[in-house]
Amino acid sequence: MTTTACFIIVSRNDIPIYEAEVGSAAKREDAAQLPQFILQAALDIVQDLAWTTSAMFLKAIDKFNDLVVSVYVTADRTRFMLLLDSRSDDGIKSFFQEVHELYIKSLLNPLYLPGSRITS
Amino acid sequence: MIGVGKIKQYSNILEKPLSKGKQEVSLSAFTFLFSELVQYNQTRVDNIAELERRLEDAGYAVGARVLELLCHRDKGNRRETRLLGILSFVHSTVWKVLFGKVADSLEKGTEHEDEYMISEKDLLVNKFISIPRDMGTFNCGAFVAGIVRGVLDGAGFPAVVTAHFVPMEGLQRPRTTILIKFAEEVLQREARLG
Repeated sequence: MTTTACFIIVSRNDIPIYEAEVGSAAKREDAAQLPQFILQAALDIVQDLAWTTSAMFLKAIDKFNDLVVSVYVTADRTRFMLLLDSRSDDGIKSFFQEVHELYIKSLLNPLYLPGSRITS
Repeated sequence: MIGVGKIKQYSNILEKPLSKGKQEVSLSAFTFLFSELVQYNQTRVDNIAELERRLEDAGYAVGARVLELLCHRDKGNRRETRLLGILSFVHSTVWKVLFGKVADSLEKGTEHEDEYMISEKDLLVNKFISIPRDMGTFNCGAFVAGIVRGVLDGAGFPAVVTAHFVPMEGLQRPRTTILIKFAEEVLQREARLG
């Protein structure tokens, strides 16, 4: 059973600024963009949830078949979204924290316009 | 032989830890840099409003980054979702990191529901600058207003932020006030959250 994972960073204005896919599952022709589609659909839920809690890590917020969406919101309202088919809360949380630190470091670059694509 | 300490070299700047670093920058270095910034913009604009806007835009970029950095460093990854929360965050934490002390006062405007004011007796950027008479109401505090706007915008509270001089009796120089006017949707969301 191969594990697939899809990770997207979405900016404040709902523009994806980074995408990555991990996994070796064969891409089905009719559902090639499925991970992105699921994550986009989960954005609405994130929006409502983000205003009710002051924590950053929102645990699994949506399920699709056997895939789980987890989301981490930063102070800038930038969202890190992860789509997995297996779940281990601590592993995901530390992954998000590492990504958060890297994101802050790339933000500190004065030549980087917040909200544009991340290319390195 | 004198022992030499080994400093860990990071090959990639992205691998350096995001520590606090040195807290203080020399005041004269900053004021020199800031005066250069103002002069550089002065030669490239036609009127005062444009100059204020440019200073504000420079501050906006700073504010956006300061918000993320401070929330990560000082607040242990907790976001601000309420109006009063973000205002007190700006008023104490941001001011403390930028200027070394909390702002003098935070007040709610009396005429309109959506106006708040942060006042400072002696704003750092205005300390060493004197405005010639023919520039009218220009205020270099527009840079700080831009920082505040960057922080508020990043957190999801769009607002119009401006800097004004308020003369006070008993003080030689007028007090600087940052006026924050929140957009309509912020108040609606606050009302909805209760």
